[in-house]
This record gives sequence, C-alpha cells and structure tokens, in this order.
Amino acid sequence: MISVYHYLILSAIIFSIGTFGVLTRKNAIVIFMCIELMLNSVNLTFIALSRHLQNMDGQIFVFFVMTVAAAEAAVGLALMIAFYRNRESIDSDDFNLLKW
Amino acid sequence: MYDYLWLIPFFPLVGFVFNGLLGKKIRNEAIIGGIGTLMIFLSFLVSCGNFYTLLHDSEKVHQQVIASWMSVGNLQIDWGFLLDPLSALMIMVVTGVGTLIHLYSIGYMHGETGFYRFFAYLNLFCFSMLMLVLGNNALVMFIGWEGVGLCSYLLIGYYFEKKSAGDAAKKAFVVNRIGDFGFLCGLLTLFWALGSKGIWTFNFVEIAENAHLLESGGLVVTVVTLAFFLGACGKSAQIPLFTWLPDAMEGPTPVSALIHAATMVTAGVYMIARMNGLFSMAPDTMMTIAVVGACTALFAATIGLAQNDIKRVLAYSTVSQLGYMFLAMGVGAYTAGVFHLMTHAFFKACLFLGSGSVIHGMHHGYHHAHLHDDPQDMRNMGGLRKKMPITFITFLISTIAISGIPIFSGFFSKDEILWWAFAGERGHWLLWLVGAVAALMTAFYMFRLVFMTFFGEQRTDARAKDHIPESGLTITIPLMVLAVLAAAGGFLGVPHALSGFFGHMPNYLEHFLAPVFEHSQVLNGLEIKPELAHSAALEYGMMGASIGIAAFGILCAWFMYIKNPALPGKFVASFPGLWKTVYNKWYIDELYDAVFVNNCKRIGTFLWKGFDVIVVDGIVNGTAKVVKGIGSGLRYTQSGFLHNYAMGMVVGVVVIVGYYILGK
Repeated sequence: MISVYHYLILSAIIFSIGTFGVLTRKNAIVIFMCIELMLNSVNLTFIALSRHLQNMDGQIFVFFVMTVAAAEAAVGLALMIAFYRNRESIDSDDFNLLKW
Repeated sequence: MYDYLWLIPFFPLVGFVFNGLLGKKIRNEAIIGGIGTLMIFLSFLVSCGNFYTLLHDSEKVHQQVIASWMSVGNLQIDWGFLLDPLSALMIMVVTGVGTLIHLYSIGYMHGETGFYRFFAYLNLFCFSMLMLVLGNNALVMFIGWEGVGLCSYLLIGYYFEKKSAGDAAKKAFVVNRIGDFGFLCGLLTLFWALGSKGIWTFNFVEIAENAHLLESGGLVVTVVTLAFFLGACGKSAQIPLFTWLPDAMEGPTPVSALIHAATMVTAGVYMIARMNGLFSMAPDTMMTIAVVGACTALFAATIGLAQNDIKRVLAYSTVSQLGYMFLAMGVGAYTAGVFHLMTHAFFKACLFLGSGSVIHGMHHGYHHAHLHDDPQDMRNMGGLRKKMPITFITFLISTIAISGIPIFSGFFSKDEILWWAFAGERGHWLLWLVGAVAALMTAFYMFRLVFMTFFGEQRTDARAKDHIPESGLTITIPLMVLAVLAAAGGFLGVPHALSGFFGHMPNYLEHFLAPVFEHSQVLNGLEIKPELAHSAALEYGMMGASIGIAAFGILCAWFMYIKNPALPGKFVASFPGLWKTVYNKWYIDELYDAVFVNNCKRIGTFLWKGFDVIVVDGIVNGTAKVVKGIGSGLRYTQSGFLHNYAMGMVVGVVVIVGYYILGK
C-alpha cells in the first residue's frame, strides 16, 4: 500500500534534486528547469495532502502554481533570449553586472 | 458704549491687514495713508465714546470678555478688555496722538519706497499698544507688550539698508528682551504666589482684590515688583537699560514721536500704575524705583547737554522725562506720574514732530543743492524761525511746556512730581534735589536746542539756505493741535494750592483717577507728610523754586547761545576731558560693550566653535559616518554571482524553518 508518506518523501527528494541543481549548475536553462522541478515537487505535496485530508483546497492551489509556472516560463525564456542576444551566452556566471 | 470696546484695537488691526496685504499692489499713497489714518481715527472716536460714557458712570471698572483663550482646570484666561479711568486715559492718549502722527506721516513719508510698509507697521503698533493698555489680564497685556517691542524693532529698522539702523533695531530688541525676561519672571512668580494662596489668576482686577493675601513688604512682593520693574526699565529706557532709546532715533521721525516718546516707552509707567496695589505694598521696590528714576532723570539730562544731533537731544530728554515718571511712581504719586505721562506725550510728540519738520526742510534744502550734509546736525541750522514760522511757534510752545514755565502743561505735572518727591511719605529732599537739578538742565538743553535751531545766524551751507521751505499742511496741522494740547493740557491737573488762581478749578485728573489709585494709596499710607500737607507757604515756595530754576536754565542758554555764541567753545576748551566724556555719553555704550556684549559674544563664539561644531555636528556627522562604514563593508556581499544569492536564500530558509521545527 502506498501511503501519504511515500508521496511526501518522493516530493522531498525531487525538491532536493531541484535545489541542488539550482545551486550547482551554470546553464541558465538548466537552472530554470530545476526551478520547475522544485515547483512540481511542491505540487505533488499539495495533491498528496489534499487527498489525504479529503480537502480540495490543495488541488486548487496546484492550479495556481501551474499558472504561475507557465507565466514564469514565458517571461524567463524571453529574458534568456534577450540575454543571449547581448552576451552570446546563457551562462549564469556572465550575469554579473549588478554588484559592488 | 462699553460693548464696542473691542473695536478700539480692532480698527488698527484691520488697517494693518489691509495695508500689509494690499499696500504693495495699491501703491497709491493717498489710499494707503488714508486708510491707515482713518482706522486709528475711528478707534479714537470709539475711545472718545467710551471715555465720555465712563466719565458719567458711577461704576468705574468695566470688563468685556470677547472670547475664552485657554481654560485649564480652575484657571480661566480670556481675551478680555478692561476699561477703568487709567486705561480710558491711556487709550485717549494713544489713539489721539496716534491719529495726529499718522496724519503727519502722510506728509513726512511722502515718496518713500516702503510707504505701505510704514503704515502697516504703524497700525500694527497701535493695535499692540491698545492691547497692552486695554488687556484685562496680564497675558493679554504681555501680547501687547511683545507686540509693541516687535513694531519698535521693525520701525527702527525701517531703513534697513543702512547698517546703523539695523544695528539700532537689534540693540533695541535685545535690550528689551532683558526687560521682558524680568516681566515674565515677575508675572509667573506672582501667579505662583497668589496660586499658593488658592487664587489662580492673571486678571488685574482679581490680582488687585487679592493682593492683601501676600505679606505687605514681604520678600515675595518685593521680588515680584522688582522683576516687574526690570521689565519696566527695559521698555521705558531707565538705568541700566536705557542705551537702546537714543539709538532708536535711526527710525523715521514720526516713529520716534509715536513709539519712542509718546506711547510705547510709557508702557513701563503704565504697567506700574496698573499694578499699583502690589507696588504700594513693597516699600523697598518703591525706593528703588524712585532712586533709579531720579538718577535716570539727571543722568540723561547731562548727556542731553552736549549732543548736537537734534533728535538725540530729544531722545535723552525723553529718557530724562521718563525718569521723572518713575520718580513719581516710586514716591507713590501715581496720579502725578500718569499726569506727566500725558503731558509728556503732548509736548514731546510735538517736539519730535517739530524736529521732523525741521529735518524735512533741511533735507529739502540739501537735496536742492545736491549736498550730503547731515540734516539733523544743529550746528548746520540756526535762524530757521523766519523760514518755518509754524514749526517754530509750536516748537517753542512745547519747549516752554517741557521747561516748566507756569500755565504750560509741563509745569503742573513736573511740579506735582517734585512736590511729592519732597513732601510725600516716601519722598526725600535728596530726590527733590536731583529732580530739581535735572529740571534746570532740561530748561537749559531744550532752550539750547531752540536757540541753535531757530535763532541766530543761519549756518546752513549758502547753496541750500534759501531752499528750506515750511512743511505742508499734513505736517503743520498735527503740530498745531499738539502745541495747543501741550500748552493747555496742564489744566486737567491743577494742584489744590493753585486752584484759587484759576477760578477754583478742581484737579480733574486726580478726581478721575482716584478709583484706580486711592485704595492702595490710603491702605499703604502713600500721602503727603501730614506736617507739610497744609503748609501752603512751603508749596508756593517750592513752586517758586521750580520756576526760578527753569528761568535760570533758560537764561543760561540765552547767555551762552544768543548773547555770547563764542562761550560754549571756550567752555569746551577749558574742560576738554569733561566735555568729551559727556559728549560720548559717559562711555556707557563702550562700558556695556566691554563688560556684557563682548563677553556674551565670546560665550556665543565658544558655544558655536566649541559645542556646536564639535559636539552637535560631531554626533550628526558621526552617525552618518558609521552608517556609511557599515554600508561599504556590507556591499561586498553583493558579489554578482547568482549562486551566492541562491545559496543565501537556501541557507536562510533552512535556518528559519529549522528554527521553527527544532525550536518548538
């Protein structure tokens, strides 16, 4: 029997992988994908707990998260293209103008 | 009629607001001057109505409250007015003389760039002075007190582009502040002293009614009255605070006449008269006042002997005459003091306006000849009696009045003061002697002024001497009215000993003012010494002495300035040191500069460079420096590497979440 704990643990693992990716990878697109991974792990938590608690609130939240993620993808990819046109790179170490 | 009491200060306020706000745009001198004069004239008419009603009223004290000012617990302070014989007399003098001087100013100030400003300030002054005089409690009086000080400052500094005028204005203001400090100390101590007896009040009527709660001659009364007297010294230019008044002559002449001769400088005398109930209870203070007054009268008169600037002579004469008023207050002759205040307002206003007329004429002559000589220096005048006959006659009448020649007003009032100084319970023959010597000098320097200005050879530069005209009607009409008052004003207070000569004329003024002064005078034994009270021979003798003194002074002046014009020069040559000292005003200004002014400046410089720059600025700049240092240290955390920021966020989230999970 797969209990709610399994879902939560899976979600935690996916979230950690996403976090690790954000912290270690330099390619902006990969970082972006890792962020999506983190968001989806959270979605998984919402749905699992919604099911567990017999409450629809969590599922409604997931729709919101998905909407925001879609908007974020659109804006983020547009930024990436704009950046690439300027620097011919999407390496995050090149995003370093705003500093002391 | 009493319901319209509030209109008296209200009209000048309207004039001030009108001229202050619109005068610059209107630019029409007839409208500006007309409105300014009309407002004070309306106020004069209302004053006349109130005065007349009060004269025929058996109830002599009337209060009108127009609004509540502040109300704290049992303490109720109102915007209230008090009409009693004293304030009724004062409003008549202020609005009456004020109207004449406003009228005079229309002619005198013609063509000045700040014409509207002048009339706005003059109206504001009248408003403040009327608030001072009419206020039914000490706080309303204090507003007037400060208001007239402010207007005095503004009007002395009317020609503010001249450095000397600006300095004189500042000096007047600062010296007055010292007096105001005394006034406030006295007021608050009195408030506290009466309050501790259960009477929390600033109202004059209530203060007078409850004065008996304080110990007569006790420390509290003495301290309170001395502090009030310091205030009076500042406002009325008595030793040691008299130095500002002569410098105040930097203002336009009508200002000198209205503020620095007829009204504002008498505010100190009025204040003592208003609080006579308290002052009568403090013999030590009374003695101080009498001595200070007598010394001021003599001291200022000596300086007046040697001045060559026509207005400065009059300024020292004013200080000296104010000294007489204080002498009167000090020996308990309140009626005589107020009487002299009134007659002095007439003849000194006339003298100042007359000198203004002379200066106006001299200025015209010099202007015509394109010369830049000093139009106020008497050494450049002489022989003006033919050029300016009306000015000359009015000036002469007022000079006779101030010198104390019988039937002219100054004789009655000055003689009454000297009689009280000699024969009063609190008088002393020394006070009389000092007063008499000052009277001798007064007669001398005033006639010296007249002889140097109007008689003898005309010493004006030949190019200008034929272009000195008599002044216009707006200037001569006030002169004539004031000269009539200066001549006849004395009949309001004919002493009992002389009433037989004038068809048994009663002493109107004494009778009129009795409700204000009689109570405290009887209560504290302020009367003529009983053994002298009925000695008519002595009183006649004293009067004879006064007349003799005045005549001798005039004769000396005639001898030195008409008969032997070379004599003053010889006198100066034989006593050069003495003359130089007197000419330089006994070096009082230099002494004050050395002792007080420079030391104050030194303290100020220390506080500026020592305290303000190092401590205050140090704290302010130090705060900025610390913040800047922290900021420049922390800015290195902005590395520009995305991963550092992301790492920071992750660590932060872990720490916060960890704290909540593990901490609970």
